Amino acid sequence: MATQTSLMQSFAIQRRVIRALLLRELITRFGRQNIGVLWLVAEPMIFTLGVAAFWAASGANHGSNLPIVAFAITGYSSVLMWRNSVGRCIGGIEQNASLLYHRNVRVMDVLATRILLEMAGATASFLVLTVAFFSIEWIQPPVDSLRVVAGWFMLAWFGAALALSVGAAAAFSHLVERIWHPISYLLFPLSGAAFMVDWLPPAGRDFVLMLPMVHAVELIREGYFGDVVRTHYDMGYMVGCNLALTLSGLFLMHAAARRVGEK
Amino acid sequence: MIRLEGVCKDYGTRQGRRRVLHDVSFTLGRGRNLGILGRNGAGKSTLIRLLSGAERPTSGRIHREMSVSWPLAFTGAFQTHLTGLDNLKFVCRVYGVDWKPLLPFIEEFTELGLYLREPVQNYSAGMTMRLAFALSMAIEFDCFLIDEGLAVGDARFGHRCHVELFQKRKDRAFILVSHDPNIVKLYCERACVLHDGRFYEFDTVDDAYAFYESVRPAIPTVVFD
Repeated sequence: MATQTSLMQSFAIQRRVIRALLLRELITRFGRQNIGVLWLVAEPMIFTLGVAAFWAASGANHGSNLPIVAFAITGYSSVLMWRNSVGRCIGGIEQNASLLYHRNVRVMDVLATRILLEMAGATASFLVLTVAFFSIEWIQPPVDSLRVVAGWFMLAWFGAALALSVGAAAAFSHLVERIWHPISYLLFPLSGAAFMVDWLPPAGRDFVLMLPMVHAVELIREGYFGDVVRTHYDMGYMVGCNLALTLSGLFLMHAAARRVGEK
Repeated sequence: MIRLEGVCKDYGTRQGRRRVLHDVSFTLGRGRNLGILGRNGAGKSTLIRLLSGAERPTSGRIHREMSVSWPLAFTGAFQTHLTGLDNLKFVCRVYGVDWKPLLPFIEEFTELGLYLREPVQNYSAGMTMRLAFALSMAIEFDCFLIDEGLAVGDARFGHRCHVELFQKRKDRAFILVSHDPNIVKLYCERACVLHDGRFYEFDTVDDAYAFYESVRPAIPTVVFD
């Protein structure tokens, strides 16, 4: 634990710390009663199932021939990927400030833990639901799984970078939390979860395609449904947005770490 | 060795920024110890937070060439919904230590019995303190940070802490901050005074004591210098 630790040592310490934080967070949030940590997966599953039921009942595929259950699962699971980890990271630094007395625990570890947990929960929920509905033959398997995985990865990157940025920014001002709630609420209908970009008029397409997550949702849907959907996305644009968000997140996090203790 | 070079710490107040530590510099060698006397509000706990790494200096540098503990018997990092045992496991994981061989010591020292497997929120203040002290002793450090700490619990607990810390670990370095000159005099080979955020070094503990007795803290103002 001297000042001179090699990169490999730092990496090993960080892995150890994040594992410790993950276990601590899991037991704290879900306890050991009833299904315990399985709630991490069950909670997003219940959300997605509820939304899928609503959309199926109301015909949210807007007359297209897309199977509504698969449309809802791909759509709502995507929302969970960028929304939940942001929500968990807001206040995360403040709530864990006392852990920083352990020298190995850093602000980055605290935020990374919360992001990893939410991503794991949302991903597992997506997987379980897809496999479950496939096994009872309500949905078809994806046409091109690799594309779905690529879209999912891009979405995870976006969600992690956004959570890092907003979570770190929230350490500077409670205003960030106040503003995030309406923004996330307003972003949900625009995020591509409940529509295909192709259904929109051209002006509407250009507008929603400014939102990075729309590109990933389009890619996921292209992978899932194949040629029956016409998709609009630009991965170059999304990589650019993700990189910018990642850099701003890292910058904000370093600034936030410097001022831990300020109220 | 720990070396502080020109360490300053500012905090924002509603009426402007305020410097609570001014240009603190000192060196502590391996196995040595230092008592820091200071009245309420002198900056003792801020200094401890900086030494432990919980917060960073506004300017200046802290070099650590030995492992530094978290503040001894610090209870703030407990997750109180978790059991004492879960908290022990967490701390052990963070420091890469196997918790199983430590369990007999923890059970024996804390005397918590079945409460070790109950949530910390159901502990009395004394039980929480015993667990916190036991955790501090479970992980080995080159240098311990002691913030008041010792005047807690009943006489028997105080004695057992004394044995663990100052007898079994007398080869370790420590930094003890206190407002009580008697404690500093009892345990420390060297004493300094923190007064209004400034650090004063002395050749003898008695000189430090005399200075400490002679000064009165100023009323805090936001004048920034």
